[in-house]
Amino acid sequence: MRVTRASDTDHRTSRPRASAPRGYARRAYAPRGLFGALAAALAMGASGTAAANTSNGYNLPVGVTSLSEAMYGLHMEVFWICVGIAVVVFGTMIYCLLKFRHSQGAIPDTTMVHSTKVEIIWTIVPVLILVVMAIPAADLILKQEDTRNSELSIRVTGYQWKWQYQYMNAGEGVNFFSTLKQDSNFARQLHSGIEPSSVENYLLDVDHPLVIPSGTKVRLLLTSMDVIHAWWVPDFGAKRSAIPGFVNELWFKVDAGKEGIYRGQCAALCGRDHGFMPVVVDVRTPDDFKKWVEEQKAAMKQAAAQPSAPDAAPAAALAHDGAAPLAAQVQN
Amino acid sequence: MAHDIAAHDAHDDHHDEPAHGIKRWLFATNHKDIGTMYLVFSLTMFFIGGAMAMVIRAELFKPGLQLVDPGFFNQMTTMHALVMIFGAVMPSFVGLANWMIPLQVGAPDMALPRMNNFSFWILPFAFTILLSTLFVPGGAPAGGWTMYPPLFLQGGNYVALAIFAVHLMGASSIMGAINVIVTIMNMRAPGMNLLKMPLFCWSWLITAYLLIAVMPVLAGAVTMLLTDHYFGTSFFNAAGGGDPLMFEHVFWFFGHPEVYIMILPAFGIISEILPTFSRKPLFGATSMIYAIASIAFLSFIVWGHHMFADGMPLAAQVFFMMSTMLIAVPTGVKVFNWTATMWKGSLSFEPPMLFAISFLFLFTIGGFSGVMLAIVPVDFQYNQTYFVVAHFHYVLVPGAIFAIMAAVYYWLPKWTGNMYSMGLAKTHFWLSTIFVNVLFFPQHFLGLAGMPRRIPDYAVQFSDWNMVSSIGGFGFGLSQILFVIVIIQCARGGKKASAEVWDGATPTGLEWTIPSPAPYHSFQVAPEIK
Repeated sequence: MRVTRASDTDHRTSRPRASAPRGYARRAYAPRGLFGALAAALAMGASGTAAANTSNGYNLPVGVTSLSEAMYGLHMEVFWICVGIAVVVFGTMIYCLLKFRHSQGAIPDTTMVHSTKVEIIWTIVPVLILVVMAIPAADLILKQEDTRNSELSIRVTGYQWKWQYQYMNAGEGVNFFSTLKQDSNFARQLHSGIEPSSVENYLLDVDHPLVIPSGTKVRLLLTSMDVIHAWWVPDFGAKRSAIPGFVNELWFKVDAGKEGIYRGQCAALCGRDHGFMPVVVDVRTPDDFKKWVEEQKAAMKQAAAQPSAPDAAPAAALAHDGAAPLAAQVQN
Repeated sequence: MAHDIAAHDAHDDHHDEPAHGIKRWLFATNHKDIGTMYLVFSLTMFFIGGAMAMVIRAELFKPGLQLVDPGFFNQMTTMHALVMIFGAVMPSFVGLANWMIPLQVGAPDMALPRMNNFSFWILPFAFTILLSTLFVPGGAPAGGWTMYPPLFLQGGNYVALAIFAVHLMGASSIMGAINVIVTIMNMRAPGMNLLKMPLFCWSWLITAYLLIAVMPVLAGAVTMLLTDHYFGTSFFNAAGGGDPLMFEHVFWFFGHPEVYIMILPAFGIISEILPTFSRKPLFGATSMIYAIASIAFLSFIVWGHHMFADGMPLAAQVFFMMSTMLIAVPTGVKVFNWTATMWKGSLSFEPPMLFAISFLFLFTIGGFSGVMLAIVPVDFQYNQTYFVVAHFHYVLVPGAIFAIMAAVYYWLPKWTGNMYSMGLAKTHFWLSTIFVNVLFFPQHFLGLAGMPRRIPDYAVQFSDWNMVSSIGGFGFGLSQILFVIVIIQCARGGKKASAEVWDGATPTGLEWTIPSPAPYHSFQVAPEIK
């Protein structure tokens, strides 16, 4: 059931970042025909060898963290148990529909009204099946809730309709906002006349992604300044609500070698532009991350030294401005 | 008591015929008239809520915004839910209860006829107020039917109107529930002890207790929203020391039993129809009653499963996961008993039976996705996605609504005295069953692939399944016109139905002992049950 991902083990070493965005949006809209999709859907779980570590379009992504992989594993386990039960239950129903037909002269057995024995069996057996599901589930909850010993903490604040990222620990002082990228924002206007498929990563791209190091346990502290939002990256198996007055925690650790761009969205209805506040995470090697942090700090200093600089603009935004992507400078 | 009423009515000759014109309906105290009004009202709301769903599916037909503004889209999703839940599903069950409970327990009417009138006539006003918000400055509620603060409180004039409408709906539901309980407890025909009572009455009795228990909780929650918005309180305002999460707890303490309020009467209906057309008594009738009661009890201790991603202590996550999974056990017992009812039966496939069988399969699919959603650690991936949308639409559309349609097709000849067009009804069935799957099954894929719910526009990799889903949606919506045609034709005339209506099959219950159409006053002399 576990998807193998041989195809993307060295996805980033040979190509510049800008041309190799990955994450769940990388699968561009490729019509493969409804029947093809349906056939693939029927083979759910057994196919997927060709997929990147993203959703294949009809199933959960395996993802790139130990948590997301465990979630996927548990999801498939429960799914197959359900399929098994469905085969038995629906099979029996279909047998009844075919076999006991009035039109074919079936004689009803009106004495069959009750059986304590079978009723006890079909009460106990489901309980046992549920226990089989609940034990690994409880185990995984313990892992998810264990935010101890994180190496990098980032405060994530939801606003209508953008995210603010404030770094602690090694990134202390780095602080910026992340909003929907301009090209998506133009295209998504009512009657814009721009074809969404012509926009790269339509609705799933931001001006300033969250940058994190791989192989590092990252803890997010989520809150909100207005309404309830939810921060979600499917490939990390990471979703929590950001609620005003509360600080929720979640953690993830992107496996080393899985550097790249990962995408998600706000998952809690937060008003008019709820659909337009994506989450984009740029995972880099620890060394690259360190370089990035230093650059951010240098840029912040520079911005502070220039009295004319508009202080409202986040420092990181200045560092990102210009056509040359920051990534290209620090990469390789 | 039943005898007293019967004796009283015998002296009151002028009550035998319905009043004429509008007075018959405005001042209605007859359970059949009130039942009819509830059913017509809920059918109307079904189409209004359905039209909103069509707007949603049309906008989601392809990526990009083509038709509506995101703000209006949010109004549509919110209003669609409120109208369908409080306007279509709940009143239709009350309508069926009004029509059938007195006929099934052998009572001459509901116990409290004037309150019955009141509880119905509140509804058109409540929904006029709710729907009028579409035309007030700021538009209709757009923060989801769950009305979570702070988002809901950002609204304009709708806040007061929507809350008042919810209060009215709650009052109506509570009065309806009281009427059901009093009728069942006091007006059963002599000899009908509780265990001899039909399953539909049983399911409604338990539902009525759920309604009385939770509607006041909803009223309390929305009243706190009202005072937060207009009177400066801070129940849910974090800046004032309030707690937005507390609203979710209070809301879902109402909300989860509410889910069962919308499905338990459906269980009752299916338990009536399957034995009739299997020509065999319901298997394990007593355990069916216990199953409904356990589901109702469990529904009070599972509310946390709506809020796993909102931050919850570890112990609470484990508790709510276990309690939620436990609901699968009595639900499973019901599905197994229904299957055993068909086993060694002699099945025929009239429209009510077709809808009941479809219910059996598709509701069970909703049950499977429900078990998956209960698994907390994976729920973080499913929560707030189209997987959830697919799940609750499977239990509500081919679940609750198919059961309501099955009930209408089952009892319509009893109400009108005419048989309806079997061909049209079967066409309606097949189109509904096919399109409902085209509509909702792909939404499982969308959710798993990462599409959040309540968004007006989506990334292009979600295009395929959204288009399929929209096509299913339009097909399902259009098919429902057939339902109305069948009902109108049947009300106007047709082959006369016998008292037993389903002659070849084995309908059981007192409702089949009186002529079709059911006389305006029935069981004026209480029947003896042996």
